[in-house]
Amino acid sequence: MAEWWSYRPEDMLLFSPRVYWRMFELHNAAVWPLHLLTVTAGLGAVLLALGRAHGTARWVAFILAILWVFVGWSFLWLRYSTINWAIDYLAPLFLLQAGLLVIAGILPHALVFDRRHGVAGWNGLAMAITALFLYPLLALAFNWRQAEVFGIAPDPTAIGTLGLLLMTRGAFRLVLLPIPALWCLVSGLTLWTMEEPTAWLPIAAVIVTLATYMLPTGRKS
Amino acid sequence: MPIARRSVLEGMLAAAASSFVPLPGRAQEATILTRPIPASGEVIPVIGLGSWITFNVGNDPVLMDECASVMAAFFTAGGRLIDCSPMYGSSQTAIGYGLAKLGMPKPLFSAEKVWTSGPDGPGQIERSRQFWGVPRFDLVQVHNLIDWQENLKTLMDMKSAGTLRYVGITTSEERRHDLLEEIMRTQPIDFVQLTYNVVDREPEQRLLPLAGDRGIAVIVNRPFQQGALTRRLRNESLPSWAAEIGVSTWAQFILKHIISHPAVTVAIPATTSVDHVRENLDAGRGVQMDAGMRARMASYVQDL
Repeated sequence: MAEWWSYRPEDMLLFSPRVYWRMFELHNAAVWPLHLLTVTAGLGAVLLALGRAHGTARWVAFILAILWVFVGWSFLWLRYSTINWAIDYLAPLFLLQAGLLVIAGILPHALVFDRRHGVAGWNGLAMAITALFLYPLLALAFNWRQAEVFGIAPDPTAIGTLGLLLMTRGAFRLVLLPIPALWCLVSGLTLWTMEEPTAWLPIAAVIVTLATYMLPTGRKS
Repeated sequence: MPIARRSVLEGMLAAAASSFVPLPGRAQEATILTRPIPASGEVIPVIGLGSWITFNVGNDPVLMDECASVMAAFFTAGGRLIDCSPMYGSSQTAIGYGLAKLGMPKPLFSAEKVWTSGPDGPGQIERSRQFWGVPRFDLVQVHNLIDWQENLKTLMDMKSAGTLRYVGITTSEERRHDLLEEIMRTQPIDFVQLTYNVVDREPEQRLLPLAGDRGIAVIVNRPFQQGALTRRLRNESLPSWAAEIGVSTWAQFILKHIISHPAVTVAIPATTSVDHVRENLDAGRGVQMDAGMRARMASYVQDL
């Protein structure tokens, strides 16, 4: 397709909010009870990050890599792409992110947990908790069947990944931040165009990530 | 089979305003009004069915059946033209599902679009045809002027070969009306699709009169501004004279204003509601407005 410039954000919204949220409902029903496994994995990753033991960051990277492959394939490729052709271009980025996470897990010292309790660590922890617990709780206010769950749906997976990465140090972290941040921007814009009240969450995650990274101590590796 | 458009064109527009032809709809109701396609004289009902957003339901079986129900109500109420595009996600699949479920209704007037750059136009049109499950499309339009020279040539070739009945071009953006006007002036197109409603009235200045002069059928998209217009008017009162013009809802008010323009052939509101599709089709029945009443309608909305 050419002439991208001729489209406005509202032109790119191809589906109704009802179809969008029913997509989560159908997906949750299809993959249940994997939610228990993915949330447990996410919780384990957060506990590893809090423990800050030497060498454990690689296991967090491997856990996240598996979840990015699963979300990219099962949700984006098999489900979301049926109502949004742009996902055909974004789903491969989830596979790329998984590959980068695996590389980060393999390379020595590519990713290590920050041993200090700094602003970055606290911001990262807050984002991870938001992804793991706030997202499912939000669904209670609307329709619990349509809950976005970490490791199942892309938004909490991307936000949780950003949070966990903020709790680490290492030069490779800069390579791992762009794709989840890009997804958060795309999703936030989609939700904003749909006039959804939760649109600010993924956008706020990007702002917090950027602000944290720009802190004087945020970029130290 | 090519249509000798110019041979039937002369005088058609002048008669358009008074050429409403009734088409049977629900037996107990007034017949829906029709307008002729200038290129051929074939008549189609003045209300069609759009599919932008509303039919993009993915592989949700419940919503696929809802789309089929909307289509069933549309055909039962006397509708014919259904419009879609490869850009509309899974809408083509939903339409194909509905048509198959309804046994491929004979009144169908299939209106598709080609939405690609480069040489893939014929391939994309063939894929669209397979989604619909029709032997050929009645109308294919160049979507939003994309690669319009290459795509228009493809469509003209298909029309010459007899694999397409009508050729058209579309835009939903006012800022591209200059190019649209140039194409309407220079290319032998059968249909043009544009946005026009009681608040977006710029086409009244040049494009609608030009369509009349050139014998080009007009499809009006986004009659409700994707729902924004009806949401805006939802809490406003209809004018006291609404009943005199056979209008009981804002949707009917908006649609009657559009289809009463003598250059308009068909408006294509999109909906997910069976009740709304019936309400929309009802706007195509009964009395239509003259220029004075249409100006009064526009003025009323402008003053709200």
